[in-house]
Amino acid sequence: MALTMSALQRKFEKVNEIIEKYGKKKSSLIAILQEIQEEYRYLPEEILTYVATAMDLSPATVFGVATFYAQFSLEPKGKYIIRVCDGTACHVRGSMPVYNAIRKKVGLKGDRKTTDDLNFTVETVSCLGACGLAPVVTINDKVYGQMTPEAIELILDQLMKEEDGQ
Amino acid sequence: MGLKIDSKKALDAAKEKARQRMENETIRILICAGTGCVASGSLDIAAALKEATKDIKAEVTFIEDGCKSIAVKTSGCHGFCAMGPLVRIEPLGVLYTKVTVDDVEEIVETTIKKGEIIERLAYKHPVSGEIYPIEKEIPFYKNQTRIGLMNCGVIDPEDLEEYLARDGYQAIAKALTMSQQEVVDIIKASGLRGRGGGGFPTGLKWQFALDEEREQKYVICNGDEGDPGAFMDRSIMEGDPHKVIEGLMIAGYATGADTGYIYVRAEYPLAVKRLKKAISDAQAYGLLGENILGTDFSFKVIIKEGAGAFVCGEETALMASIEGERGMPRPKPPFPAQRGLWGCPTTINNVETLANVPNIILKGADWFRKLGTENSPGTKTFAITGDVANTGLIEVPMGLTLREVIYDVGGGIKDNKKFKAVQIGGPSGGCLTEEHLDLTLDFDSLSQVGAMIGSGGLVVMDEDTCIVEVARFFMEFTQNESCGKCVLCREGTKRMLEILQRIVDGKGELKDIEKLEDIASAVKDGSLCGLGKTAPNPVLTTLKYFRDEYIAHVVDKKCPAGICEALKVYGINADKCKGCSKCSRVCPVGAISGEIKKPFILDTEKCIKCGACVEACPFDAVEVV
Ligand SMILES: Cc1cc2nc3c(=O)[nH]c(=O)nc-3n(C[C@H](O)[C@H](O)[C@H](O)COP(=O)(O)O)c2cc1C
Ligand code: FES
Repeated sequence: MALTMSALQRKFEKVNEIIEKYGKKKSSLIAILQEIQEEYRYLPEEILTYVATAMDLSPATVFGVATFYAQFSLEPKGKYIIRVCDGTACHVRGSMPVYNAIRKKVGLKGDRKTTDDLNFTVETVSCLGACGLAPVVTINDKVYGQMTPEAIELILDQLMKEEDGQ
Repeated sequence: MGLKIDSKKALDAAKEKARQRMENETIRILICAGTGCVASGSLDIAAALKEATKDIKAEVTFIEDGCKSIAVKTSGCHGFCAMGPLVRIEPLGVLYTKVTVDDVEEIVETTIKKGEIIERLAYKHPVSGEIYPIEKEIPFYKNQTRIGLMNCGVIDPEDLEEYLARDGYQAIAKALTMSQQEVVDIIKASGLRGRGGGGFPTGLKWQFALDEEREQKYVICNGDEGDPGAFMDRSIMEGDPHKVIEGLMIAGYATGADTGYIYVRAEYPLAVKRLKKAISDAQAYGLLGENILGTDFSFKVIIKEGAGAFVCGEETALMASIEGERGMPRPKPPFPAQRGLWGCPTTINNVETLANVPNIILKGADWFRKLGTENSPGTKTFAITGDVANTGLIEVPMGLTLREVIYDVGGGIKDNKKFKAVQIGGPSGGCLTEEHLDLTLDFDSLSQVGAMIGSGGLVVMDEDTCIVEVARFFMEFTQNESCGKCVLCREGTKRMLEILQRIVDGKGELKDIEKLEDIASAVKDGSLCGLGKTAPNPVLTTLKYFRDEYIAHVVDKKCPAGICEALKVYGINADKCKGCSKCSRVCPVGAISGEIKKPFILDTEKCIKCGACVEACPFDAVEVV
């Protein structure tokens, strides 16, 4: 189904606002994508195509940037994004057992990073810069330090209980 | 705000006013609001302390000249992260560790009102058991010299006036009375070398940029800090953002740039927030913008957030990223000083490098040269982490030995374990051993043993660490982060990772070690940027200093540290086993047998090392032997 340009513009109103805020300079592309991702929690393909058209860039440029940086996700992420730091300090203090415990707790198997109900995304990141508290986990940007498999399980229990209560 | 600081005179007046305001605060309570302490709940403590002290102005009389006011402030990182949340009380100089909201009342009643110390909250040395209530007497702090970190933990980073009170923006004022060449000459004479890893002389870099005769030039502050295990740049940006801005302004003036960029990694939201506030406050006071301090110099600062790519810390990749491209490095020359951002001459410096600049301008090159060593003057911040008693952020003069740093400042190895190795300089650095403990820490001595200061991450590892697994870990990191532009780095790191993985999985052969060495030297020689060129360092240093562990993995099929899953051999500790049979019931291959209430036996030949029995045993009787 082909949408007319004005219909498209209406559909991507929020995106337009973001582009307007930063201007159409190429040097703003990363910041624009960051803000779009904050809005949608990921970068849907059609939005990327739209951004390319709106900013007068080739789709290859926009997709190229979106796939290069680890921060960008082209797939929907869960409501809770759990990041396990696997930087050097965290790694030697046992971040992997914590990571495995989380995956087990939320029921992730194989290569999956996000649960089917889109509640949890579990990923590793390299160094959050809080190495003194290693190993470190963040849940939607709240930082938890000196984690153990047992401690993170308690935190997740609490979170899941709140989730059920809603 | 209304106040405009448009001359040196106005700056001095503002400083005097700020100083008096701080002097009136006869008691200053500083709660650490660095990332680590915030994570441990320091903001709640700050709120509680504010609430609890708001009505006690008049009551506090223990200080001779009477108390005029109590200031409760959140500060940047104090460095002693593992002991957080930290609360520091001035002028007593008391530092309380691991404070909770429940301690607030006692702190106010005992320390604030009566000036007495609460021993329970003071730092207790984990080995000697001695109690140190006064911050500067704690061994962790005692051996430090703070320049880059001098304001971190001391001032409120969100309050420009506190920075002014501590000589803030005096250095740019002084620089503006000098010629550009004079400023460059001071930095050259100081011998300051870049703290971002390479150790290139900063003055020389500035000279190159100054010599370019072009209308438009830029300066960049590199706050990417991609090295896992390092967080000094983060702490400086969070704890003393104006210092970074002032350093960048001086670089801008000296090289002839009117615009500065600060590139901060996306994982550092607090640093971004504090820098943004600092920039807008400096603008409001007229310290950034047109005709700074009534001179011809105009300067603006723009923040660019990274998006999670280690290679973007490399200068040419970083510039590509600012331009909105994929952050891929390009060959040098041309160097950024010749052709950088949008083709214009660009000076790029690390956060810590820039944080050193204002002091050098104010106090002179000779003052700086008195610290550190002949060829590496000054101090260096290190993020000391891992299996060490006092993890945190430290700043010491260059030339201290590793032993002094790990044992005197870091308090030695945790839990009375044995020191095994220290990884220095992140994924581009190397692993050093016991025999290097008396090596001095400076740019040149480390490169001689195949390591480097890098960004200053020091990850201490005890006997329970598998060195081969650590090498694999670093290889996985660089392999992931390789931008893929050049073949040797892209394919070479992949092959190296495969081999290391094989060894860790217990499937390695002796010839793998040779192959690993071959590929490593090819990648080192043939890669385009520093990422590839240094990626083999952890492998090469561990092969050199821990070869026997590699051999143990491939020949004896043993992991000496007992870490590598595949090489673990399980057994049942007969003393602990109560004979409940839980283990034998979960074993998928029937490797465990025995009689109820008697110790069970595990057949190592049959065992597939799935670890199910370990989890099932309620008595921790299944052990790695
Ligand atoms: C792969 C790679 C990553 C780097 N990451 C950083 C970084 O995170 N921060 C930094 O200041 N320099 C980093 N550098 C070094 C920069 O390229 C550059 O040398 C430095 O910012 C110059 O500043 P300095 O002279 O003040 O040290 C990196 C280099 C390479 C090759
Ligand atoms: S290594 Fe995990 S926070 Fe730095």
